[in-house]
Amino acid sequence: MIEINQALAASFGLSAEEYANVLRIMGRTPTLTELGVFSVMWSEHCSYKSSRVWLKTLPTKAPWVIHGPGENAGVVDIGDGLAAVFKMESHNHPSFIEPYQGAATGVGGILRDVFTMGARPIANLNALRFGDPSLPRTKRIVDGVVRGIGGYGNCVGVPTVGGEVNFHPAYNGNPLVNAMTVGIARKDRIFLSAAAGIGNPVVYVGSKTGRDGIHGATMASTEFDASSEDKRPTVHVGDPFTEKLLIEACLELMATDAIVAIQDMGAAGLTSSSVEMAGKGGVGIELNLDHVPQRETHMTAYEMMLSESQERMLMVIRPDREAMARAIFDKWDLDFAIIGHITDTGRIVVTHNGVVEADIPLAPLADDAPLYNRPTTETPKRPPLGPVADPVGILAALQKLIGCPDLCSRAWITNQYDSTVGGQTVRRPGAADAAVVRLEGTNRALALTTDVTPRYVFADPEMGGRQAVAEAWRNLTAVGARPLAITDNMNFGNPQKPEIMGQFAAAIRGMSDACRVLDFPVVSGNVSLYNETEGRAILPTPAIGGLGVLDDAAKSMGIGLQPGLGLVLVGTLVGHLGQSLWLREITGREDGPPPPVDLAAERAVGDFIRAQIKAGAITACHDIADGGLLVAVAEMALAGACGAHLDRAPKGIDPHAFWFGEDQGCYVVAVLEPDAFFLEALVMDLPAIRIGQTGGGDLKLDGVGTISVETLRAEHDRFFPAWMETP
Amino acid sequence: MRAAIVVFPGINRERDMAIALTLATGHAPRMVWHKDTTLDGIDLVVLPGGFSHGDYLRCGAMAAQSPIMPAIRAHAARGGLVMGVCNGFQILTEAGMLPGALLRNSGLRFLSQDCHLRVENAATDFTRHYQKGQVIRAPMAHGDGNYFADDETLDRLEGEGLVAFRYATTSGEITQAANLNGSQRSIAGILSPNLRVLGLMPHPEDLVDTLMGGTDGLPLFQALAAA
Repeated sequence: MIEINQALAASFGLSAEEYANVLRIMGRTPTLTELGVFSVMWSEHCSYKSSRVWLKTLPTKAPWVIHGPGENAGVVDIGDGLAAVFKMESHNHPSFIEPYQGAATGVGGILRDVFTMGARPIANLNALRFGDPSLPRTKRIVDGVVRGIGGYGNCVGVPTVGGEVNFHPAYNGNPLVNAMTVGIARKDRIFLSAAAGIGNPVVYVGSKTGRDGIHGATMASTEFDASSEDKRPTVHVGDPFTEKLLIEACLELMATDAIVAIQDMGAAGLTSSSVEMAGKGGVGIELNLDHVPQRETHMTAYEMMLSESQERMLMVIRPDREAMARAIFDKWDLDFAIIGHITDTGRIVVTHNGVVEADIPLAPLADDAPLYNRPTTETPKRPPLGPVADPVGILAALQKLIGCPDLCSRAWITNQYDSTVGGQTVRRPGAADAAVVRLEGTNRALALTTDVTPRYVFADPEMGGRQAVAEAWRNLTAVGARPLAITDNMNFGNPQKPEIMGQFAAAIRGMSDACRVLDFPVVSGNVSLYNETEGRAILPTPAIGGLGVLDDAAKSMGIGLQPGLGLVLVGTLVGHLGQSLWLREITGREDGPPPPVDLAAERAVGDFIRAQIKAGAITACHDIADGGLLVAVAEMALAGACGAHLDRAPKGIDPHAFWFGEDQGCYVVAVLEPDAFFLEALVMDLPAIRIGQTGGGDLKLDGVGTISVETLRAEHDRFFPAWMETP
Repeated sequence: MRAAIVVFPGINRERDMAIALTLATGHAPRMVWHKDTTLDGIDLVVLPGGFSHGDYLRCGAMAAQSPIMPAIRAHAARGGLVMGVCNGFQILTEAGMLPGALLRNSGLRFLSQDCHLRVENAATDFTRHYQKGQVIRAPMAHGDGNYFADDETLDRLEGEGLVAFRYATTSGEITQAANLNGSQRSIAGILSPNLRVLGLMPHPEDLVDTLMGGTDGLPLFQALAAA
């Protein structure tokens, strides 16, 4: 028999103060199962105890927001009676331990967050950060993560349409795998998790419960290791086939009136789903674990309540619809078990083999959850960069940048993800600044992107947070979409270090400013803290998933050049080289402040670009981001297999700063009638300058030299196949 | 043309296929569950792409044992049209309705990209709206599309004009570089001896709309609609 005491609580991750609270709430020593429930519900992952005070400062409202943070995913009105349901979530730690399954189950988990609300998933995206490519371990992790994302997403038949991949040594011991899913539902058919209806049955559907993923903290408990070898937690294993069946069965049932409430079993499995459903509904819940479908024998209540077996859902249904609901799950060969019912007690009561294993009041479990306003220290401002000479020349730098790991072609990765299943992918990966997916049976389309520039956030968390949101907004704008809302995935280090908490708080401030000015609220999100290995934190990485809508899918804009067009730079470019990729790749320095983001200018320029796309004045559009203006033009040339003749850099600015500076709020557009376009810009008082003319098979830079698009392509395409396909 | 799409558990391109068929025929195809046993009143049976039963066993092997399979065999035996795409092609080979097998891609990775196909036989109800030798584009999305058969079978398929499509360059040349998954003799699609059963790996159903990048797949469905 295990003794329940403060030492055991500590090994479950509860502090002395938190354990004292447990004793106060319970009025007695908790059982092992009860202690397990408290420890997971009060974990950082489930309670957001370090981040909540900051998260609630984020703007979350707009007329088109149907459900903001607090539900399984965010829901926005996209017109025609439809709603987009979306969220991004991290699976960082599992992906380091077991890259394939870690990434695969990350995709599976975020899919469930979306279809649990009644939405059919129509697109997946991701945001991936890996360590130094020269380390063998990085290669193994990239290989496993890419196979895992593809293995799961391809099998469930949801197209993976976009994402981003970066490398930095700060991720050597802690890669980031953030997965985003977008689904579509009728806006009057959104399913929520608040349980209701005293006596209503609680139904378990999906895969059977095993011992996988049981509370990691217990692994450290000597009592557990000594008592039973097979209680050792294992990494989750994904089963995308069952997930596919679960999607179809749930959506089939959701077309009826059977479901009162539904919640996926994600982190902390049966515990969090049952506690949250009953808690939100202000009711009680009684579970009889004898009826839980089990994959292994002799599982205890503790194990079943804390198992994180994948592909499971919990529902409250109307009692008179039980037979019909059961028939649907029988058809799909999925388990369907009534494991309890809703009560009016305000308590969760768990019985197993006739013994009450847990009996906890729900209100204090939620209301008295720990909340920490942890100390913060401001990140010191970086001194200005000062003048930097160009050591290699413009074309040599372009050639190096276009082939470097952070800018080279991602085709090796994206070609392993099914991007066309569903038959609605208008803009595939690499073809535009955001993915564009049409809504089946309509002319409408969604534009989707994931963005953050961690080196900016590290250098100046507030400006970096602002930039991440602005870049997502800009990428949606560049395809012609109206940006609607974001989901955020906050990946940071140890929040108990004031400098890390300072990064977090400042990033939130910057994000909030951008969300407000751009009318681009946060509707869902996820926080991943303690991303540290041996005391070294990752770069602060608030990954932003942006969603926008196009009323006419045929009006979406790509980046590919065609011959015979004028090239125009819109926005103010002063040649900011601080924290640029040019500075890092060409001079080896990661210095200076990141480029400032002027939100008012961002909004004015972006609204203009969107209006011009809608008016049909623009033929190709690309924002300036990593690598600056010349990399942007080169990417447009590569995408369209068409060259360009570029004018000299304007007087008063160093050519390398003009071509490689990473100034924000700037777009390169190809236009058929430059003069008319300039007039439109002039009327709006926006900066727009001619930078060249499209055509031919080369990039010709006046006064600099010429490089062929095919040479650029060879550089661009080399890195991933050479790195990954050689032993 | 009355078409049916067979839905095996784990199939995921049935919606794409329904869109293409609806576009070409003017009406929605019938969706047939794998546990059904009849295909009455159907002219064309389509086995779509996906991962039937998760492809946890050999791709298509479990679906080939489905309750609906005898009805599909009987339909083919009557001279009815059958088309299997991707996982559907794998199911047809596992069921013995087409010769050969689809092995793991030679590069051992999933391939999702456009490929080009040269039409090898344009005298069938599937390919009548193409010209022989015409090159069409189609998205591929598979991990196991590497067509394999013994030399005798390959010689027979070629000799009897039963190769429907080969992987080719944009100008129609058959090269190793264009043969992305390593298929024997660059074979992308094959026919039954009576030309009424077609199996192919790429997805013409995903290229029937200019918005999605082209309509190279549409003539196949228009030919079927007219059959």
